[in-house]
Amino acid sequence: MDVTRRAFLRAGNGAIVASALGFNLHRAYAQSRQLKIARTTETRSTCPYCSVSCGIIIHTLGDKAKNVTPQVVHVEGDPDHPINRGTLCPKGSSLYQDILNERRLLKPQVRRPGSDHWEDIPWDQAFEEVARHIKKTRDETFIATDSQGRRVNRCESIAWNGGCTDTNEFNYLVVKTMRSLGVTYLENQARV
Amino acid sequence: MTNGWVDIRNTDMMLIMGGNPAENHPCGFKWAIEAKRQRNAQMIVVDPRFTRTAATADMFLQIRAGADIAFLGGVLRYAIENQRVAKEYLVNFTNAAFIVNENFKLPEDGLFSGFNETTKTYDRSTWNYDSADHIQPAAGAPAALPANISMDPTLEHPRCVYQLLKQQYSRYTPEVVERITGIPKDQFLKAADLFTSIRRDGAMTMTATIIYAVGWTQHSFGTQIIRTAAMLQLLLGNVGRAGGGVNALRGHSNIQGATDVAGIFDNLPGYLKVPIPADKDFDGWMARITTKPAKPHDWDSFNYWSNTPKFAVSLLKAMYGDAAKKENGWAYDYLPKVDREYSWAHIFDDMYKGHVKGLIAFGMNAVAIGPNSSKNIDALKKADFLVVCDIYPEETSDFWKSPGVSPEEMKKIPTEVYRLPGAGFAEKDGTFVNSARWLQWKWAAVPPPGDAKLDQEILARIFLKVRELYRKEGGQFPDPILNLSWNYTIPENPSLAEVARELNGRALADVEDKASGQIVKAGQQVPGFAFLRDDGSTLCGNWIWSGSWPEAGPLMQRRVPDDPSGLGIHPGWGWSWPMNRRVLYNRASCDVAGKPWDPSRKQIWWSEGAKKWVGNDVPDFKADSPPKDHMGPFIMNPEGVGRLFAPLAAFADGPFPEFYEPMESPIANPLHPARSNNPVVKKYTSEMDKYGTPAEGYTIVCTTYRLTEHYHYWTKNNPMNVQLVPEPFVELPAELAADLGIKGGDHVKVTSARSFYLAKAMVTRRIRPMTIDGKKVYQIGIPIHFGYRGIQEDLGKTSRSLTNSLSPTVTDPNSYTPEFKGFLVKVEKA
Repeated sequence: MDVTRRAFLRAGNGAIVASALGFNLHRAYAQSRQLKIARTTETRSTCPYCSVSCGIIIHTLGDKAKNVTPQVVHVEGDPDHPINRGTLCPKGSSLYQDILNERRLLKPQVRRPGSDHWEDIPWDQAFEEVARHIKKTRDETFIATDSQGRRVNRCESIAWNGGCTDTNEFNYLVVKTMRSLGVTYLENQARV
Repeated sequence: MTNGWVDIRNTDMMLIMGGNPAENHPCGFKWAIEAKRQRNAQMIVVDPRFTRTAATADMFLQIRAGADIAFLGGVLRYAIENQRVAKEYLVNFTNAAFIVNENFKLPEDGLFSGFNETTKTYDRSTWNYDSADHIQPAAGAPAALPANISMDPTLEHPRCVYQLLKQQYSRYTPEVVERITGIPKDQFLKAADLFTSIRRDGAMTMTATIIYAVGWTQHSFGTQIIRTAAMLQLLLGNVGRAGGGVNALRGHSNIQGATDVAGIFDNLPGYLKVPIPADKDFDGWMARITTKPAKPHDWDSFNYWSNTPKFAVSLLKAMYGDAAKKENGWAYDYLPKVDREYSWAHIFDDMYKGHVKGLIAFGMNAVAIGPNSSKNIDALKKADFLVVCDIYPEETSDFWKSPGVSPEEMKKIPTEVYRLPGAGFAEKDGTFVNSARWLQWKWAAVPPPGDAKLDQEILARIFLKVRELYRKEGGQFPDPILNLSWNYTIPENPSLAEVARELNGRALADVEDKASGQIVKAGQQVPGFAFLRDDGSTLCGNWIWSGSWPEAGPLMQRRVPDDPSGLGIHPGWGWSWPMNRRVLYNRASCDVAGKPWDPSRKQIWWSEGAKKWVGNDVPDFKADSPPKDHMGPFIMNPEGVGRLFAPLAAFADGPFPEFYEPMESPIANPLHPARSNNPVVKKYTSEMDKYGTPAEGYTIVCTTYRLTEHYHYWTKNNPMNVQLVPEPFVELPAELAADLGIKGGDHVKVTSARSFYLAKAMVTRRIRPMTIDGKKVYQIGIPIHFGYRGIQEDLGKTSRSLTNSLSPTVTDPNSYTPEFKGFLVKVEKA
């Protein structure tokens, strides 16, 4: 039986194809579409963009054993999620490129006063220097009492700006640490 | 949101205004479409631009940016004039019947009673109810609500809230609405008729929702726009009901959570008000912020904020552990005392003036966000240090090499800048709160790339290093730093699951709930905030999230997709605050007798057999309070009812919203030209803060907006999104473009009193010329998403200018949100 490619495709789910080839190709097509995510680990997450909270599934290869770094191969909407029901917008659909992005910052850097360039700095040194800046600034400017002699315990010279995708738990650690330093300029994307 | 995303499908009528969900919340907007398809719901869209949301609407009205209160005030007037009100709801569930102080004055001349011209603030003591006991406040005592409020349930008393409301909005006639908003009178009347038609002949079964986003918040009167909407919803009896409510879409994945946990200067977690210097001690603080019931004698009020001390002590126990004792007022001294505004715009104003010397920014691009970006850049040039934690190179950490900084100037910029690589969303676990108050846990899929670290590790290691320095060297008031409770298993990298358990709270000694007899043993997670105590026997990081991680486990990790009631409640998916209640104030979904207004959409109801409130949702109410006790549904207000009139200190600029012009406006306010702007809004005074006028040539109204294809200043690093919208543009009405000889694709320069912006013109019919108070006025729109760091920016394919270099530093006096919408510019061919 002579079957052209076009006729073969047009035959669709007809029995001709199955009988001509002796097996049903449908399963084979479905199989080939599945392969990309067949052996992936599914991690449930939430889209970091707007506040709809679309559920997403991040597919990674690599079995999460020690010393194995999973590799993201696909991100899609979570069909179980009651709000987005598997759909994603143009931003959510491109999240794969947000996770795997060659522009990501990969190492701590510092720009020294008056300098015209970034230089690398080891993490430990960065922590030391930042902590020293904080302590020095706080100690030099701390306001223990106001003009009426009332105890106010404020550090008005250091400000904190918190972002829109900081988690609840992280934000709470911010409140704990910054309020304990006496920081009053405590603000977040929530304001603007 | 009082309601939720899926709940929108229950509505019969939508007013979408100050938001563009089809483009900015696309996957949530499906529920608005679902309501249209399944319930034949009508949709009214009011926006300065013909957006894609407008394209799906039954009625679209083009409004001048910032004229929203005039429109909504007009609808209030229409509803009252045509008796399209929910009478039983209004009398019993709002303060419509309450009698107001005789010295209170409405703002016919633009000012309410009590204005002080020198301080530009109000003495708000007349913004109060009358006492039914005729008790006058003692001289010098702080103003307080009367314990027994005078009322007239017939709503006829000339000083009852309803009559004052009627009088206040009697000035907002269709003609005045047209003059201010630019919406032709006949179109306005059609919209007002359509929206209020759900209450035709007093019918109560249908509901309407109001949906908004930053198009309402970003004004120098944004809070009052939202209040006008809330008042309209109270008047129509839509709050607390499926398919109703006042629904803030919010813009980002976790700003609802950031607000809840108080990553902002004026609150502590769970909306506890911060202590002020005048609070002598812990008890003084509690006395000021713990509300007392204030209600008509025959009614009941839950007054839930009477529990404030339990929440505050539990928070201080969570923060300072054993160092928080009854004897030291639960370490009250450790908290900084706030006596003025420390909001976003003030940070950069005070940095510009040299007072703020260091800034730590985690995932927050202050330079691009603005307002008045050039001022923010110049402020950073004066700082000693800047710490930025982010995942991409962005404008703020690169401020010292922003466009226009010469090599000579760079040498003089003393700021030491640390750019620390943080983790992206897929690399972190923890919870976000969506705009429907749902807490949902997300799991980490991959570790951070390269040497990047988890944000909590970066913060913890900075803090522990600071603590080590104070321990070794001493310094100013080290006590709160040394005593901060930080008992995480890995202190340098706290597990967010451990932190989430602390946020829920646990018992430090055995705690018994008297009503149920349930005992929570010391060390166990508390089941909810009803178990929190003010004697130090419980700790809890954020009382409104208490119940999210009880002994049973993390409820915000639940993934049961079922919706047994069919109302979109999904009670087993994640967890919503408070106590998994999905629609706030849902007691108001029933009539006074406790029967649902709409038998086909039963949320909760009073069960006479069980002697308690039961239903498909968790009652947001005292479960055993019978309808005959007449407890108000609005349990967080000391009155127990919804506030059409917001008494005393509730708002800085008036107990009723009044229309004021934006700080920069093409006309003088037609209601009271001598009081054009919000009288309590203060201008900033640095040399970088200039405000433009039509006389100086700034005649075009500019509004900033967002695109579907881009997310803030983030996706300009993402190749796919950059491919979709590769470069910035300015959206111009075709008529304005013709006037200026500009064609689509031409380069244009937009100038405000502060700075300028360069981009290509996108000539459109989506914005039409308007007639405002008899004058022809053009509006333009500019997407915000571009800057000087990004794929296209780094290739030199954009002008590398910032939209927010145009916007003014001026803020709402209640929320302190800047006015990014509706400022003045001029446009020319570049």
